Amino acid sequence: MTTAQDASGPTGFRLSQLIYDTRYRSITIQIVVLFLVMAGVGWLVDNVIRNLNDLGKDFNYSFLWQRSGYDIGNALIPYNNDMTHGRAMLVGLINTLWVSFLGCITATFLGVIIGVLRLSKNWLVGRLMTIYVEVFRNIPVLLWILVAIALLTEAAPSPNQYRVNAQTGEAGASMVLESVAFTNRYTAIPSIHFDRTLGSLDTALAPISLDFLAIVIVLLGSYFVNKMLVNRANRVQEATGVRPPTLWKSLAIWLIPVVVLLFALGVNPEEPQLKGFNFTGGTNVSNAFVALWAGLSLYTAAFIAEIVRAGILAVSKGQTEAAFALGLRPSRTMRLVILPQALRVIIPPLISQFLNLTKNSSLAIAVGYLDLRGTLGGITLNQTGRELEAITLMMLIYLVISLLISGGMNIFNNRVKLKER
Amino acid sequence: MKKSVFFGALTVASLAAGVAGAATLDDVKARGELICGVNTGLVGFAAPDANGNWSGFDVAICKAVAAAVLGDPSKVKYVPTSGQTRFTALGSGEVDLLARNTTWTFSRDTDLKLQFTATNYYDGQGFMVRKDSGVTSAKELDGASVCIQTGTTTELNLADYFKANNMSYQPITVDSNAEGEQQFLAGACDAYTTDASGLAATRAAFANPSDYVILPEIISKEPLAPAVRQGDDQWTDIVRWTIYGLIAAEEYGITSANIDELAKGTDNPEINRMLGTEGNLGAMVGLDKDWLVNAIKAGGNYGEIFAATIGEQTPIGLARGLNAQWTQGGLMYAPPFR
Repeated sequence: MTTAQDASGPTGFRLSQLIYDTRYRSITIQIVVLFLVMAGVGWLVDNVIRNLNDLGKDFNYSFLWQRSGYDIGNALIPYNNDMTHGRAMLVGLINTLWVSFLGCITATFLGVIIGVLRLSKNWLVGRLMTIYVEVFRNIPVLLWILVAIALLTEAAPSPNQYRVNAQTGEAGASMVLESVAFTNRYTAIPSIHFDRTLGSLDTALAPISLDFLAIVIVLLGSYFVNKMLVNRANRVQEATGVRPPTLWKSLAIWLIPVVVLLFALGVNPEEPQLKGFNFTGGTNVSNAFVALWAGLSLYTAAFIAEIVRAGILAVSKGQTEAAFALGLRPSRTMRLVILPQALRVIIPPLISQFLNLTKNSSLAIAVGYLDLRGTLGGITLNQTGRELEAITLMMLIYLVISLLISGGMNIFNNRVKLKER
Repeated sequence: MKKSVFFGALTVASLAAGVAGAATLDDVKARGELICGVNTGLVGFAAPDANGNWSGFDVAICKAVAAAVLGDPSKVKYVPTSGQTRFTALGSGEVDLLARNTTWTFSRDTDLKLQFTATNYYDGQGFMVRKDSGVTSAKELDGASVCIQTGTTTELNLADYFKANNMSYQPITVDSNAEGEQQFLAGACDAYTTDASGLAATRAAFANPSDYVILPEIISKEPLAPAVRQGDDQWTDIVRWTIYGLIAAEEYGITSANIDELAKGTDNPEINRMLGTEGNLGAMVGLDKDWLVNAIKAGGNYGEIFAATIGEQTPIGLARGLNAQWTQGGLMYAPPFR
């Protein structure tokens, strides 16, 4: 009875308040929605478990440690069919990351140029860039990838056509500069060969070439020495107003150590040779990879161009006029005044373009480039019949990649955004 | 209502539809239509013509089963499946029967929870190359680019064969026979590998079949068998014994031409049991008395189907070889109908 009295009192709490009192209503709704969502998820999970039971299937990832038995044409790390499905997945993952990485770089490069040129006062250049943007962003990326692969396969000669005809003595197709061969399977390019190699360091993932490691170390050294030089020049300039010339010194610091090292290692290009059915000796860059890379880059570049254009237009015209008034030339105005301010508008949408490009790279399946979707979500899934496991794992990996890209780009964004003091 | 649609969609997304009920026979009868998973297009085995009518060796199995179950060979819905999608389509209940030149292997039978009914074609993996490449043996393919359909047993056999012979190759993965054909014709690969029957069928569709040769090596055993889901024994029996019925019909000389005559009764008790004039075998699998009569009428016996779709008189021109009756030195052998 006491409780009933309390509840009806002016300070008491009645259940109806949960619905009619604005202080509690939003919380009530949130809790109800949360329960509904959880019930929905629970129902789905239960459904999956029950259906797996009905099919007599279990849910486990032990297949990742079994022998894969299939070969991958374009592996960046050592791989053969005796290795595990897990290793095959890793090969696919690295292929995904590689094409996404290169794609993001070329798309940004092209996008910035096209975005800036679209604002050009030159009528023809501006219109041409408009056409580029409208054509590329309004046609699905899959079609661009297919167009690229069709061009590469149909237009280029087969490796066999590079051969000198044995009967007629007729020369075959000729290689560009005697060292690059475009074929309908791949582009054969020279690879770098070291006569006095330092060997390589074996790690579980992939052997690391000590030659390349040495080059990277030397370049890093050059970078730091050069930085010291520039810092010193800055100090002198601030103290005296006269900047000591640094160009020749910088060039020397960058070039001389590397050239000396390369000479010591005896670097020389190893040119591709037609042996048997295919070119060997050099590096064969598969058409599937080039088509995917080109398709993704050209498509995403159109979006990035629009983002760059929007970013530039977001910087008020007064900034340009002020820069001109100070006597800066248009190119320096763009580089020193406009772009730095535009970046804070550009970077957030740029992140989502990078994410899009990375996710779109799963279209590799259309051209037979074995990325994560092709290995884990394709051949492994098919050969083991572990659909649910493979797809779940693949989704998780793509999620992690996307979050990492987005996290990294957010850090970059925080560094370049306008600092208000 | 909206919510149920929403959750329904979610479920489909999460598990590609629930498992169909155990009694496939009841489902098929209630639906009045057999849903048959076939190849996306392999001339001779399963391919639609200009009017969208499917025909071929595998399609004939679908028709025979539909005739046995529903009494009408035309009551089949064909679902084209790729090497990648076929098992999911069957496992999720999207198709009742998978008649899609699928190799019967241990792990597919056990781990993938499939039930292979009866081998309808004994095949083996081979290679096709351009004649002007001068290659006469698969052992000469060291360093070649090889087009290969993904998600198939041939993919694994290829890796094993090149390893066993200490040769290297560049795999070019394709998703369907059509894509493989296109890549091979464009010269993106030196050799195309798949089941020898598939190679013959593919070559038959080329503009100049004689410019291409199929190498003599057969590098694997590929018993192709229609498959059903595990766990529905009655349905498995129906499909299995329909296929055996077609094979036995050839052995006993039952053809689409003389079946009406024979169905009136003969002196051979085995034929009488098969055609329902003696005993009632159909009832034992939940079907009508004349189930096999309908099945055989659909496209003839095994030999007739073979001759009409992939035999030596067709552009594909496959010899019976291993697929001859056991009495002719082949492997086709139906258990007794008793």
